[in-house]
Amino acid sequence: MGIGMRTTYCFDSDSRLLILRILPMKPMNRLGVIAFKIAWCGFLLLLFLMDPVTAPAHDASDGAFIETLQGLGSRERGIILQSIETLGRMGNPAALPALEALENKQLRSDETGRVFIVSEGGSAAKDAITGSPPEGAIEGLYTPSINNQVRRVLKPVIASFRLASPDRTVRLTAARELGERPQEDLADTLRNALAKEADAEVRDTLRLALALTQIDSPDKSCRMEAMKDIGKTGNQDFLAILKKPLQKNEKGEYVETDRQIRNTATEAIRAIERKMAMVGTARNLFYGVSLGSVLLLAALGLAITFGLMGVINMAHGEMLMLGAYSTYATQELFKTHLPGYLEWYLIAAIPVAFSVAGLVGVILERSIIRHLYGRPLETLLATWGISLVLIQTVRLIFGAQNVEVSNPSWLSGGVTVTSGLVLTYNRIAIIFFVIFVVLLVWFLLNRTSIGLKVRAVTQNRSMASSMGVFASRVDMWTFGLGSGIAGLGGLALTQIGNVGPELGQSYIVDSFMVVVLGGVGEIAGTVCGSMGLGIVNKFLEPFSGAVLGKIMVLAFIILFIQKRPRGIFALKGRMAED
Amino acid sequence: MIQRLFEERMMKRKRMSFFGALVLLLTMIFMVSTAAVSMAEGTIKVGILHSLSGTMAISETSLKDMALMTIEEINASGGLLGKKLDPVVVDPASNWPLFAEKARELIEKHKVAVVFGCWTSVSRKSVLPVFEQLNGLLFYPVQYEAEECSRNVFYTGAAPNQQAIPAVEYLMSEEGGGAKRFVLLGTDYVYPRTTNKILRAFLHSKGVVDGDIDENYTPFGHNDYQTIVANIKKFAAAKRTAVISTINGDSNVPFYKELANQGIKAEDIPVVAFSVGEEELRGIDTAPLVGHLAAWNYFMSLDNDANKAFVKKWAAYVKKNNLPGGAKRVTNDPMEATYIGIKMWAQAVEQAGTMDVDAVRQAMYGQKFMAPSGFEIVMDPKNHHLHKPVYIGEVKENGQFDIVWKTQGPIRAQAWSPFIPDSAKKTADWTYPWVCGNCVEPKFK
Repeated sequence: MGIGMRTTYCFDSDSRLLILRILPMKPMNRLGVIAFKIAWCGFLLLLFLMDPVTAPAHDASDGAFIETLQGLGSRERGIILQSIETLGRMGNPAALPALEALENKQLRSDETGRVFIVSEGGSAAKDAITGSPPEGAIEGLYTPSINNQVRRVLKPVIASFRLASPDRTVRLTAARELGERPQEDLADTLRNALAKEADAEVRDTLRLALALTQIDSPDKSCRMEAMKDIGKTGNQDFLAILKKPLQKNEKGEYVETDRQIRNTATEAIRAIERKMAMVGTARNLFYGVSLGSVLLLAALGLAITFGLMGVINMAHGEMLMLGAYSTYATQELFKTHLPGYLEWYLIAAIPVAFSVAGLVGVILERSIIRHLYGRPLETLLATWGISLVLIQTVRLIFGAQNVEVSNPSWLSGGVTVTSGLVLTYNRIAIIFFVIFVVLLVWFLLNRTSIGLKVRAVTQNRSMASSMGVFASRVDMWTFGLGSGIAGLGGLALTQIGNVGPELGQSYIVDSFMVVVLGGVGEIAGTVCGSMGLGIVNKFLEPFSGAVLGKIMVLAFIILFIQKRPRGIFALKGRMAED
Repeated sequence: MIQRLFEERMMKRKRMSFFGALVLLLTMIFMVSTAAVSMAEGTIKVGILHSLSGTMAISETSLKDMALMTIEEINASGGLLGKKLDPVVVDPASNWPLFAEKARELIEKHKVAVVFGCWTSVSRKSVLPVFEQLNGLLFYPVQYEAEECSRNVFYTGAAPNQQAIPAVEYLMSEEGGGAKRFVLLGTDYVYPRTTNKILRAFLHSKGVVDGDIDENYTPFGHNDYQTIVANIKKFAAAKRTAVISTINGDSNVPFYKELANQGIKAEDIPVVAFSVGEEELRGIDTAPLVGHLAAWNYFMSLDNDANKAFVKKWAAYVKKNNLPGGAKRVTNDPMEATYIGIKMWAQAVEQAGTMDVDAVRQAMYGQKFMAPSGFEIVMDPKNHHLHKPVYIGEVKENGQFDIVWKTQGPIRAQAWSPFIPDSAKKTADWTYPWVCGNCVEPKFK
């Protein structure tokens, strides 16, 4: 988190009492400070004794408590809100299960006002206070409806209760949650938790959360210290808080009169902005690589069928679509037959998507495309027709609507590298998957005997034939391989976009663009072309917007092709001749 | 050898042409037979102009189904003026110029009494001259950007002040999160651009400065929202932010997925969408959308008797006709608007005692109907728009909406936005002394 342990705030971690930061000072000052400290301690002790809120009676049978808890089941959202806030102030941890149930929509209430917590599946329910089951059916109970406003109040209250959890990760998440929504009145709770906390990471998080509540503290050194620490986090979310002292009123004077505080704030802001600029570059790079991998996956199959074989394959997009639908079908099979392993359906879908798309590719090659070799115009029209037939077939089988392919939980969410840079799991997975597929293609083409024949046939067909290679069968396998790879691309695309009959249409132009830019006939060219396009696109997008960015990339490609008509990796020498 | 190959190919070609002729013949027989049916005596022909193929088919097909259901319902209760309604369904194939051709065909060739149709604003703009020239009658059932009021169109969807503006007011309210900054994110075409123009003017009137508004467009079918979502996050760091999404169609799925994956929660940065309804949520994984908002005049989950009956009727119709999707089929706002439109038109015909366009138009003014939205909906006596209630719903896991906010009652539509200076001067009023859809002063003084 970046908060050093050396920092001493205006509170001490060992007690909940406020102690001034001990600065290097002259001895005669120290005496005064000590006197002040003693007085301050006495004052707080008095508060401690008088204030029933900070020293709650942790008793679930308390009348006021029960009444408030039952307010959670109200039909009025205003009452729910009030009850949450009151429960938060009461600080009675017995309220936690009911609050959590409210958040998860597992709370129910009946006409008499009793509230129940239902189990995960909704089969059993127990009273939130006594634990007894309800009289009537569970279905007859009312589910209090909560909206974003309620959730905003509910989350910090739950988090403040969770700070007392014995589980370290729960405490850490709770501390982070509180840090995201700094609230002044939670300062006491945070201080309490910090006093009891032993784990270093949780302590750091708590300190930051506390620092955020202290930014308006009356004590100057305390404020400056808090600002410095917030600056060190490099988190853009806190910029607004730091900018507060720099605001001016109508007369153009600073609201904050203390120059030193303003300077500290400015420095902290600069620190954050420096970090953000660095993070921004890293982010664009990652997004570019990720966009590039998507392009590469979409184009790799085409790099084989168009690049190596020279078939202008307009049905390539539909091979992607078939791969995506195979993934969907696998998911549905898992849902009905292997619900326990649903999380892993994607792995099982890899061979399925490859073989379905590959098989369709082989059938197409045998039945139609092989009759059209050497006639590009007819190939173009025929494959376009095939693409329409395939789209309509899928529409008839699965319906015109998009189908639902869910992300398995291990592909949902992301990892926060540093604030402002979240790498999402599905994108990371696609980058790894594309590496796997590229290696697979490279291995097949360069390390297997069929790959050798493929290369031989594509480089010099008649020579290969006369050497005993069965050229037309090699064509079949090559086309099948290209289609199968496209199927794998389709599988990956299900994780980032829609699955519908027209899925392939949106990728066909991009795919051709990548293959042509990379250089027809070279897998390495396709890799470079897609990565280059992805990164250029992502660095342009923040300045130009998505629409203009795409246009600029297209214009760039047109210019590039003028200069190098054969793409980045042009084949040279005798091989290049058609 | 070569000769044989050639002959074989010729044979194939002959076989192909034979098949072609057969297909042509079958199509002709089919066309003649349908024409014969539609020429049956004693029916009133009504046109249905929705794309059944192409990109818009996903949304428009269900409107065609709903229109057919409503027509069947009217026929089952005795038809209109003692005659049965006879729907004429044409497919403009998501092709905007073809919309105009098909509209002309419906009015001139089929002599339909009324047309129910169109979805995108560009298709409506394309058929408008046809309806005005031939004095036809169009019922347009989709929420749109307004800034238009034709004498030949009845708009049963929402104008911006019946959807977009209440939604923004909600976001600015304490309940809605008290948003201070707004990201206006849309697909790059006329509806989002015009709506955002109105919204920007509205936000200005509420004291939101340009620095707190971020307007952003993506192409149709865009699916890489990484940069946009990261920018939203950055933009939202300063003040409480809400996203107003006019993203249309498929792109919504990658957008919401990216939001969820980058850890943006609905309670921190709510996204309110104007084009995401029950039909769009069908067939996508709703988990990343839960808690985000949509603003409509109708939700399937509304709890009232009229809606229960409506949903039941639809489910029965789907089952009876074995429509694709089966039990998963839902109702949504434009479907409700289609239903209201046809029912109101039928009432107006009964009242006028004729199908004559001018008479029916006159009878439409002030027509009332108990709508599934739970209110008695009134056709405005002047501006051809419906008075509609506004609901804001939160997406639930099951693809339905949890209603979190609603207006007291129906709101009158503003055909011309008071927030755009040029439009503010204009009045849409088809009664004396104005008799005009876009005039600065009355025609008759």
